[in-house]
Amino acid sequence: MALMAVVTDPAHVALKREVIVERKAPDDEILLMDWLNALIYEMSANQLIFGSFDVLLGDHHLQGRAWGEKVDVERHEPAVEVKGATCTALSVTQNSNRDWVAQCVVDV
Amino acid sequence: MDTKSLQRVSAEEWRIEPQGKMRVPAVIYATEELIREMDEKVREQIVNVATLPGIEKAAYAMPDAHWGYGFPIGGVAAFDPDRGGVVSAGGVGFDISCGVRTLLTGLTAEDVEPVKRSLADSLYRHIPAGVGSRGLLELSDSELDEMLSGGARWAVNQGYGTEADLSRTEENGRMSGAIPDAVSQFAKHRQRREMGTLGSGNHYLEAQHVTEVFEVSAAEAFGIRRNDIVVSIHCGSRGLGHQIGTDFLREMAVEAKNYGIDLPDRELACAPIESPLGEKYLGAMRAAINCAFANRQIITHLVRRAFAPVIPGAALTVLYDVSHNTCKVEEHQVDGHMKRLFVHRKGATRAFGPNHPGVPETLRSIGQPVLIGGTMGTASYILVGTSESESHSFSSSCHGAGRQMSRAQATKRWRGRELMDELAERGILIRSPSPRGVAEEAPGAYKDVNAVVEASEKSGLSRRVAKLEPLICIKG
Repeated sequence: MALMAVVTDPAHVALKREVIVERKAPDDEILLMDWLNALIYEMSANQLIFGSFDVLLGDHHLQGRAWGEKVDVERHEPAVEVKGATCTALSVTQNSNRDWVAQCVVDV
Repeated sequence: MDTKSLQRVSAEEWRIEPQGKMRVPAVIYATEELIREMDEKVREQIVNVATLPGIEKAAYAMPDAHWGYGFPIGGVAAFDPDRGGVVSAGGVGFDISCGVRTLLTGLTAEDVEPVKRSLADSLYRHIPAGVGSRGLLELSDSELDEMLSGGARWAVNQGYGTEADLSRTEENGRMSGAIPDAVSQFAKHRQRREMGTLGSGNHYLEAQHVTEVFEVSAAEAFGIRRNDIVVSIHCGSRGLGHQIGTDFLREMAVEAKNYGIDLPDRELACAPIESPLGEKYLGAMRAAINCAFANRQIITHLVRRAFAPVIPGAALTVLYDVSHNTCKVEEHQVDGHMKRLFVHRKGATRAFGPNHPGVPETLRSIGQPVLIGGTMGTASYILVGTSESESHSFSSSCHGAGRQMSRAQATKRWRGRELMDELAERGILIRSPSPRGVAEEAPGAYKDVNAVVEASEKSGLSRRVAKLEPLICIKG
């Protein structure tokens, strides 16, 4: 959701289309990059923008679904294209409350 | 950045001697004021670059350096393949071959002022800009591969420009050594309908007024006079370059340990130049350079079309086209010997001095034009390369103002529509599909470009030739 907020307000995205993503990676950090880059690819190649996600994780394996719509310049006023997910500040950790925290700097 | 952590060599040169795993020193060119404005991360990142295998002489940061990923933006580093040197996807950046092309118009401010609004509207209609914009072309697989091999030459062959345009483009508009097969289908798919588009973020097209000439002889050689109008195009290899950066950053991050490269940080992901992965990246990156050349060539054609109905007879010629996100093979002096090095410039402009064979023949006695983009409300500059920059920074200079505020901070501080109104009152017409994008690119979010180019000049990296003020800005 933070990735989409870089571009527009995700609350204004209609959930009309579904994209399914499945990725395997050597570790969870690369897996996070892969997930974000899969969404960035859909945004770039197919002009999609997303407002809702469902992700299932296990053993450096991800099954994700994203719902959104084709970008509408007047309604979404997209601020910027996201070029890609970087390795900068990339981390996937569990905090003391056992909540997962995933962070990644994306290039715009 | 705290200056106490640096050794001051001169008013504009700061140094960090090798320590820990650093193989060479780190050198930052900037005034004390610019150093204080730089993020501490610049220091950390340029020190990390200095640890990479095969690095020669020093890791350099230009006066507009700011926090990037892996390499700082405004970073320069050269690697020797014979000493295990590396090539780094993060050392080039996602926007491969992002650069500036400046066009001479043969017009003066008095010619343009009465039709400025019509010209702004015509440029905005002709040049696709912003998120989701699509170009006029849709390339087939074979056309894409031809474009990736041919660069601006391909575009001219398709009717988008002239031979003269190519002679004023870096590498004559075609980067050799491109390998279209090294480019993923994802990257090609992203580019299929993006030829001739500006993109978003800090990319723009501006009509600019030459308000000051600093060096008359160089300006004359470049064809610039005070009061002239020029057009500058700032964009790169679009989705194709972004995807190549994405593909190889991941692969290099995963494979680095298999090549025995001990990375201080994963974000420095790289591969030996002489390795299958290094060679594959270089082939793909060079294809992206050609994509950027072709993109700026097609936009040039669209600019000419946009001018034609508003100012009939206007003849737009290319002053120069130079990239600031590349890795290029160049010959440089190291310890008294010429060496073939792989020079990474990320947010840094190649700045060859007089008599360098890489400068177009018609400009060779003067030096290479160095095109510096400002912001939509501040000046841009045309500089010229110096002979001294060879020993200072592998013939490199700054590339722009450099951000000093995050996009989130900028949107809290400015409103896009108010900003456009304020700039219109100053005589600067902004055309953009995204008010929020305009706010994120507010002039106040950037460093003082005047201070950056002055520091570049005082450091000997390049010299000021002309100052350009924006009149019209098409912003993605």
